[in-house]
Amino acid sequence: MSTNSNPIAELVWTFGLMSLFAVGGANSAIPEMHRAAVEVHYWMTDKQFADVFAISQLSPGPNVLIVTLIGYSVAGITGAFAATVAMCGPTALLAYYVSRFLERSRHARWPAIVQAALVPLSIGLMAASGLILARTSDQSWIAALITIGAAALAFATRLNPFWMLLAGGILGFAGVV
Amino acid sequence: MLPDSSPVAAPAPDAPASSPPNQPGLLELFLAFAKMSLAGFGGVLVWARRGIVEQHRWMTAEEFNETFALCHFLPGPNIVNLSVVFGSRFRGIAGGFAAFAGLVGPPMLIATALAALYAHYGDIDALRRTLAGVACAAVGLLIAVVFKMMMPLIKRRDAAGLVILVSVFAAIGLVRWPLQIVLLVAIPLSLAITILARRRVKA
Repeated sequence: MSTNSNPIAELVWTFGLMSLFAVGGANSAIPEMHRAAVEVHYWMTDKQFADVFAISQLSPGPNVLIVTLIGYSVAGITGAFAATVAMCGPTALLAYYVSRFLERSRHARWPAIVQAALVPLSIGLMAASGLILARTSDQSWIAALITIGAAALAFATRLNPFWMLLAGGILGFAGVV
Repeated sequence: MLPDSSPVAAPAPDAPASSPPNQPGLLELFLAFAKMSLAGFGGVLVWARRGIVEQHRWMTAEEFNETFALCHFLPGPNIVNLSVVFGSRFRGIAGGFAAFAGLVGPPMLIATALAALYAHYGDIDALRRTLAGVACAAVGLLIAVVFKMMMPLIKRRDAAGLVILVSVFAAIGLVRWPLQIVLLVAIPLSLAITILARRRVKA
């Protein structure tokens, strides 16, 4: 760990490293983001982290935006930009080179094996994300019920997720949560 | 890049293989990914598939699956990887940048604007309550994705896969070990199990 006091450097280091370990996408890196932001660097409280996750889900676009928001709350616009580029840059470069390499060896069998081996890992990581976020967001029985309801609806129907977020927001506004 | 000749033995069933794929330009790449991204609440993948395969016909369904599988097994945000790989396949590095900028740029502005509002008005009680409600629903959406992704493992009765899944969940979610350490143990283990399982199937 760097004991660097420059917040931008800390952001870039944290997320640049994290991006290379984020098997299965931004959502499976949430436990690690939570650990880094709340427990290691004290960038935000548990509650702020839950809020940042909510905002990232409210805005359209890729899930990686949660990193943008963590960066913003640490160091403003510069932080937002630095964190996003750090989280996307290294793996984008890796993806670029690996895809060119695979174009040349496209009938090899090992990509399928690696992928099959990583699937259970990435699902396990996402499940852990769900648990950690549920612990911070669901402070009441009704809150937990909203989570379960949204999960059931999203699992069983093809409803646009936006409507469930909206419903959650309305219930929250009404003071039910 | 070679205008990739699909395996000669298997002609594509749906698309006439002779017609050259559309070749998007840089601006087109940027705009297309910006549009997909801005439509994508709670994940862009569905929209990316719709845009690339169905609307623009830049890739066949199989090509899209292959490309996405690649991006899924690489670390990092999948859809970001997809945009870079996709853009660079058509227009080199500049194309990768254009697609990436389209995917991340506009939503980043929106998210930052929302975050600025939150920083100013975050203490207002009504906003706090609303966000808390949204967060509850958002967690539910994430949990639904987890279960959807688990279904194939359960249907296949992939016991080894499920054990790895639960172990990773417990190590990260319950014990809160750091990600790097867990992955350094779990990745080789899972690879070994997968290779062994495939050998057994063949034998």
